[in-house]
Amino acid sequence: MPAIEVEGLTVRYGDLVAVDRLDLRAEAGRILALLGPNGAGKTSTVETLEGYRRRAGGKVAVLGLDPARDHAALTRRVGVMLQRGGVYPGMGPAEALSLWAAFYPRPLDPAGLLERVGLSAVTRTPWRRLSGGEQQRLSLALALVGRPEVVFLDEPTAGVDVKGRQVIRSVIAELRDEGVCVVLTTHQLEEVERLADRVVIVDRGRVVADGTPAELVTRGAGRSIRFGAPAGIDVAGLAARLGAPVNEVDPGEYEVGAAASPATVAALTAWLAERDLPLADLRAGRERLEDVFLRLTATGGAGDGGQR
Amino acid sequence: MSSSPAASARQPGATPPSAARQLTRALAAQTAAEARLTLRRGESVLLTLAIPVGLLVFFSVVHVLPLPAGVRRPVQFLAPGILALAVMSTAMVSLGIATGFERQYLVLKRLGSTPLGRPTLLAAKTLAVLAVEVLQVAVLSGVALALGWRPGGDPAAALGAVLLATAAFSGIGLTMAGTLRAEVTLAAANGLYLILLLVGGMVFPLSHLPGALADVARALPSAALSGALHASLTGGGPGGGVESWAVLAGWAVLAPVVAAFTFRWE
Repeated sequence: MPAIEVEGLTVRYGDLVAVDRLDLRAEAGRILALLGPNGAGKTSTVETLEGYRRRAGGKVAVLGLDPARDHAALTRRVGVMLQRGGVYPGMGPAEALSLWAAFYPRPLDPAGLLERVGLSAVTRTPWRRLSGGEQQRLSLALALVGRPEVVFLDEPTAGVDVKGRQVIRSVIAELRDEGVCVVLTTHQLEEVERLADRVVIVDRGRVVADGTPAELVTRGAGRSIRFGAPAGIDVAGLAARLGAPVNEVDPGEYEVGAAASPATVAALTAWLAERDLPLADLRAGRERLEDVFLRLTATGGAGDGGQR
Repeated sequence: MSSSPAASARQPGATPPSAARQLTRALAAQTAAEARLTLRRGESVLLTLAIPVGLLVFFSVVHVLPLPAGVRRPVQFLAPGILALAVMSTAMVSLGIATGFERQYLVLKRLGSTPLGRPTLLAAKTLAVLAVEVLQVAVLSGVALALGWRPGGDPAAALGAVLLATAAFSGIGLTMAGTLRAEVTLAAANGLYLILLLVGGMVFPLSHLPGALADVARALPSAALSGALHASLTGGGPGGGVESWAVLAGWAVLAPVVAAFTFRWE
């Protein structure tokens, strides 16, 4: 049984359809990243799974339970980290974590957890005086103190410094190793490439892509070849040799509008070799996740809507 | 990675506590946290202890306020009135403002995702308010007795009046906290505190207000509480009687019901 199973989820605010027949699956011991532009329906989807929102339609199961009907039972097994806030401003990490621990039947040891998220030096500093990164790490610890089986993290590294981000990412990776199902919403695509086992891109309330990060970046395979070379090379001549359009998209950055077949790549490198032009880098068949994201969620990009 | 302390602590440990014990543990922890936070906030201590004690001492020593007929020493009139003020400051102002900011800072939303549950949270807030009131009564009674207060009458009735008023003022405070922005709740609760203090028969008798204003004041919970406390603690003092109890009971039902129906958790 998947940890989370969503079929045809629809969420409405009055006449506005925020989530439109969305399907989703997340497994135990896996990190699912939910991507999408602001207003795409990510938060509405996650808040429905957390039990905060009522759905207008569809089937939703978290650990086999209905988040709306079985909310009380799920609170013992699900950890939630909000995008911001959520802690008493006058409360320090140790006090907050001890309080949260009292809510759960078998909590983790607060002191150990504070060490794990790197807050041992500020255990008594009130929340309002913690840095943004420290607040996020406390918020993460609060989501974990009850030994959850499913964890929802809403932009856990937003506004966090590099070191804090590292800590948060390593804790998230540990959760996966312990068999926890992690649902991550984020805007940090680099984080997704590093952490996520599965990526779901949402736009206008619908899923526009779903797969592993590797699948998503190779799905655009065959569309083009990109390479770096000195600025201002003879693109017309190269295009004639390759029999395909060549554009200098940025100075020194070129795109060939042809499938990345071995023959084309060989012809390209041969043409450069004849002119003794250095090849800075060559990407054939792979996009960066950022390119995939921008292509799929571009305004008016409804033509990609069917891609699953 | 799996050698981290928390990861090894994830192994099945002792048997989990029973549901009832777990609930008691959560309630006790939340109540203690609410009370601690209240007493840690300077503005809250100012409002719930410093101002009542200050008013009690100042007007007991400096005889500038009018007294009801038949009362010679100011502390005899002031002590019940200031106890009423203390209840109002904790149940309405302090609770309302704190809850308003908890809502704004998404604390209430986040607690909603824990097993604490809304009924337990409300019970904890109620118990914390009562705990602070016990502290207030102890301090204010001590100060009043030292100033020569001689309480009489029926302490059980006074306790009943305080409980009804706590329900009424909590309802008003939570109605503001659950519907207004935190900053607006802060201003409104403090403004209401001042108005209800001035027309509440707490520091000077209602009989010194203009007739129409006194009639309005008698329908408000502050005058009803101070009236009931004057009556029960001085043995048939001014402004007591059935009317105060009826007004108090009415607010004690109405205000929490309004709060329950209007409260927005985020």
